[in-house]
Amino acid sequence: MISKTIDKYLVDLAEIHRFVMRFFKEVFVGPYEFKEMIRQCYEIGVKSLPLISLTGFIIGVVFTKQSRPSLADFGAQAMLPALIAIAVVRALAPLVTALIAAGKVGSQIGAELGSMKVSEQIEAMEVSGINPFKFLVVSRVVATSVMIPVLMFYVAFVALMGAYLNIAQNEATSMTVFFTEVFDAITFRDILSSVIKSLVFGFTIGIVGCFQGYTSSKGTEGVGRAANWAVVMSMFLIFIEELLVVQVLQLIPQ
Amino acid sequence: MKKAKEFIKYDEPVITIRDLYKSFGDLHILRGVNLDLFRGENLVVLGRSGTGKSVLIKIIAGLLQADRGSVEVLGSSLENISIKELQALRLKIGFSFQSSALYDSMTVRENLEFPLVRVNRQLTRKEINTAVVSVLEAVDLLQSIDQMPSELSGGQRKRIGIARTLILQPEIMLYDEPTAGLDPITCIEINKLINEVQDRYKTSSIIITHDLACAKSVGDRIVMLLDGSFERQGSFDDIFNTDDPRVKPFYDYNFIK
Repeated sequence: MISKTIDKYLVDLAEIHRFVMRFFKEVFVGPYEFKEMIRQCYEIGVKSLPLISLTGFIIGVVFTKQSRPSLADFGAQAMLPALIAIAVVRALAPLVTALIAAGKVGSQIGAELGSMKVSEQIEAMEVSGINPFKFLVVSRVVATSVMIPVLMFYVAFVALMGAYLNIAQNEATSMTVFFTEVFDAITFRDILSSVIKSLVFGFTIGIVGCFQGYTSSKGTEGVGRAANWAVVMSMFLIFIEELLVVQVLQLIPQ
Repeated sequence: MKKAKEFIKYDEPVITIRDLYKSFGDLHILRGVNLDLFRGENLVVLGRSGTGKSVLIKIIAGLLQADRGSVEVLGSSLENISIKELQALRLKIGFSFQSSALYDSMTVRENLEFPLVRVNRQLTRKEINTAVVSVLEAVDLLQSIDQMPSELSGGQRKRIGIARTLILQPEIMLYDEPTAGLDPITCIEINKLINEVQDRYKTSSIIITHDLACAKSVGDRIVMLLDGSFERQGSFDDIFNTDDPRVKPFYDYNFIK
């Protein structure tokens, strides 16, 4: 029983490895499905804007409200913009963007490809002499890898706007003063780390969603499982990657 | 039984299968299958559900790999075939899926253009439009060109699925249960379309079915899959002129006179 479980685990791992390697092989070889990549960028980026906007704004407002009392104890309320800037840019923006995207985009990709698998659409592409992997997987993974960092910048901006509005309500400050303090606090290294994190998160969401859908078992249960596992695995890996990227970046000298 | 076609060349096999075996775990589906498909003929493969009919044509299309045996399609052996060679070979094979397998996020026009523009990226917009209109006229569904698959009936989806394979002008057509789930009148239309495709495009086809009316209407030759191999072959009467308990119920159920 135990050996069967281990066997299955190793076989699954090998399948994942083969899938990821195939992506890296196909992404650098033409012809490219540019139209499909752009369409996926629209689906992932533009269609996520309402949810991302609301979430980012709430993050900014809530974080500001919750940080104010602690800083007030030390008479350091003036440091609020700097604190929020560092927290949002370094950690919150990439993480929140990725988690929202894992839920929305990851499940969508898993369900879409799973459904195509069930209805033999992927096989139909194969027998037409078309490479379904390039059209379905490569385009989606490239789109998530590109759009998650873009969305991250947007979330950071919206969160900072939410923070500004809360600060402006409670303390006398102008947008110019607020954003001057924000940009004084963050460094190029902060922005670079956020971009790297977002890139890794975006790739993870795309590849996990595509893997779950592309290799799903047949039947409606398979589709549901693909969508579910796309979200669960993406979120789990995002947290692992957050930890790893932070550790790696800390090793790079200032 | 339909009339024999003069263009069928019984000395020119386009598919040759010898001693084919395929199992799924402990389930031995195909056990020593031997089959020839000749140029221009409609070959009907009959058999009970689960006897391996769909498995057989998926092996021919390269979607599944046989455990043992040889499969030759248009002179190319599928054993150890490279991905590039298989992709080139697949352009000569049209596969009509039981579920039609239309791309549900694309319109009918986009479904038809999809394989065409990827196989030949040099085509002009005019050439693409001409090809799309031509196959839609062949299946009598030009009016559906801008509809989504969800807006089509089962029979219409089946016909669009056939049109999508025809647009690449294949030499071989593989039909997986073309009349499954359709009403009798639509079945007649599909059978008629299969014969028209044969006449117009001179395709060689394998039709998988357990619909005897379809078999009788479209088949130039019929083979019956029994116990994992083709034990009965010949005309419709050759197949059913027997008291074999594995065969007779097929005929009796369909009430064919």
